[in-house]
Amino acid sequence: MYVIPANAAIHPLPISTVLDPGFRRDDSGSPVQRHCERPVPMLNSPSVPGRHTALSLALGAALGLGAMPLGAWAADKVKIGFVSTLSGPSSALGIDIRDGFQLAVKLNGGKLGGLPAEVIVSDDQFKPDVARQLFERNVKRDKVDFMTGVVFSNIMLAALPEALDNKTIYISPNAAPSSMAGKDCNPLFFAVSWPNDAYHEAAGEFANQRELKNAYLLAPNYQAGKDSLAGFKRTFKGAIAGENYTKLGQLDYAAELAEVRAAKPQALYIFLPGGMGINFIKQFVGAGLGKDIQLVLPGFSADQDIITPVGAPMAGLFNTAHWSPDFPNPANQKFMTEFQKEYNRVPSVFASQGYDAALLINAAVRDVKGKIEDQEAVRKALRAAKFDSVRGAFKFNTNQYPIQNYYVRTVGSDGKGGLINKSIGEAILKNHGDAYVQMCGMTK
Amino acid sequence: MDPGVRRDDIARATRVSAILFIEQSLNGLQFGLMLFLLAAGLTIVFGVMDMINLAHGAFYMVGAFLAAWFVAATGTFLGGLVIAVVLTALFGMAVEATLLRTLYARDHLSQVLATFALILILNDGVEMIFGTDGSLSAPAALAGPVDLGAGLTYPAWRLVIIAVGLGLALGLYLLVQKTRVGALVRAGASNREMSVVMGVNIERLFTLVFGLGAGLCAVAGGLLGPLLAVQVGMGENILILAFVVIVIGGIGSIRGALIGSLLVGVVDTLGRTLLQQGLREMLPPQWASAAGPALASIAVYLLMAGVLVFKPQGLFPVRGG
Repeated sequence: MYVIPANAAIHPLPISTVLDPGFRRDDSGSPVQRHCERPVPMLNSPSVPGRHTALSLALGAALGLGAMPLGAWAADKVKIGFVSTLSGPSSALGIDIRDGFQLAVKLNGGKLGGLPAEVIVSDDQFKPDVARQLFERNVKRDKVDFMTGVVFSNIMLAALPEALDNKTIYISPNAAPSSMAGKDCNPLFFAVSWPNDAYHEAAGEFANQRELKNAYLLAPNYQAGKDSLAGFKRTFKGAIAGENYTKLGQLDYAAELAEVRAAKPQALYIFLPGGMGINFIKQFVGAGLGKDIQLVLPGFSADQDIITPVGAPMAGLFNTAHWSPDFPNPANQKFMTEFQKEYNRVPSVFASQGYDAALLINAAVRDVKGKIEDQEAVRKALRAAKFDSVRGAFKFNTNQYPIQNYYVRTVGSDGKGGLINKSIGEAILKNHGDAYVQMCGMTK
Repeated sequence: MDPGVRRDDIARATRVSAILFIEQSLNGLQFGLMLFLLAAGLTIVFGVMDMINLAHGAFYMVGAFLAAWFVAATGTFLGGLVIAVVLTALFGMAVEATLLRTLYARDHLSQVLATFALILILNDGVEMIFGTDGSLSAPAALAGPVDLGAGLTYPAWRLVIIAVGLGLALGLYLLVQKTRVGALVRAGASNREMSVVMGVNIERLFTLVFGLGAGLCAVAGGLLGPLLAVQVGMGENILILAFVVIVIGGIGSIRGALIGSLLVGVVDTLGRTLLQQGLREMLPPQWASAAGPALASIAVYLLMAGVLVFKPQGLFPVRGG
């Protein structure tokens, strides 16, 4: 293992930032526990926390079984496993989440909830199998108290069992798929970001508010693409002028734009994450369709990581998100100032999510007075979510997904020659949860 | 029903679909020509040097990033693009002379491994120097759509790409068919050993050809920058299609690369439009919506498979023996 400071500015702090490209599994390749450090079988069930857990923990401690999964009982520090996509073309989001998280720890004097924080950062290389191995190592060898960090739903879902099945709490700073909100909800899983559908539902509501009578929808031909358009259609009351599913990773959208032009919709809603969105927006504006057709975007397709490469064509576009750089609340003002001071760039929505994830852990550890070995108490404190989120009002639903407001933003000048998002008007969706909470049996 | 109204409707519908068809044909042509700029260099390198260069797409990325940087620095698109093309060509020649030359004698597996490593190195190198994204916009005068009459508007920048693509295709044709260098390239492609025996300085030829290929990549990268994301890893996406093109066209053939590019461009574009409409009319909606996108994304590969069944060497085979 080699130690590299992920960011020189953070280096002097008592946080060891460990970057490690992954480690090999044993020859069998089996994900089952090789080092059986947890001999109490009843701990294995993730769905029955409570008395059993507390009892087992007490029993384990009494028997002097040194290697409990939750780390030390004399908590002298809080250990966090942070696994995210930090290299390659898709790394911008993970890097922002990491920087947001690290910033919150730094502003807290290197502590979370009064305990010195050790954040073990590693790179999943955009690969689900690597993420799973890193989770396994963080949970079993490093014995972290919390896992967090993953950007993409498919990677998180592959790695998550390593944390949840081994009784480690996972705080999601981004991915929040519908399955984990509904039938697969888990007491140890907290989404501090926004449900995957929410931006699309907000966009549908925005189209209603603008009295747009019909909309054309475009997404890549895969599950998340179909889910996102379903989210838009859940709230949109107008007609669907057309629906087109393109190849994942498509470069050129000239053919689709010609079809859109022929269909003459009032609104166009796209779910095209990353480079696909950059391509599409450039070509949409170049085709001159912006005059007649209102392009509506989910927030992540119009965030800082998209604004910079697209440039001027972004100006004036509408998008929906749960956070905006201009929110006046004091927590956000502090975040905006400190982030730009530390990293010399405008934070994206993902940076705000990483920052909030750290604030949530900070609040929970503080509220249990550092007794993080009592997982039930930690869970309770997490569910209470007593922290000042940069997005404003925030609370958890019974499925541990957020209930929060969603806003319409528009891209405008930042006064320094660049472009930045600004929220307009009141929240478009107020105290909005998700459509799957009924399918989750969790009550506390 | 009033027959007059109905005739009007039909006439309007026909005109709309005719315009759509012309627009889609232009799209296919433009997409094909852009592929040609990449495939031309790839096919000569593969054909003349028998070298599989996976890093060809990386030169496209380097060209796009350099163009983005120099267009911003010089303030003119043309000036920035020319500097980027020259620098990318020089960079390509340097890479060829220092690294790739040692690979010619080795088998294809070594070449694939080494050039794949080169992709990773160049991706991370570009990220270190320029960051993960670059920003490149068309000159303001060409950024919008132009009216081509009869209700057809088309993005001006795509017309520029078509014009430059056709011009370069013609220039390459003249270079390969009418000049001494072209004759050497053709000789090298059809029988390398024999041309060495006949006294061709193959090393210098290879370096020149490699530089030309890298320069064409930079042209493509610079021209496509205003349409596509300039970002790390952009080369890999497009490289696969470029390989499809040269396999269809016949490895080593410029003419094959041009015909192959246009075929791929048109089939891909029509697969995404006409094919889908046809399916919608023939199949129940739920089948059409499932089959359409799936078929469209494999249309290009079906084309390649079809060509290979009848012409295993591609449409214009070059290699002798």
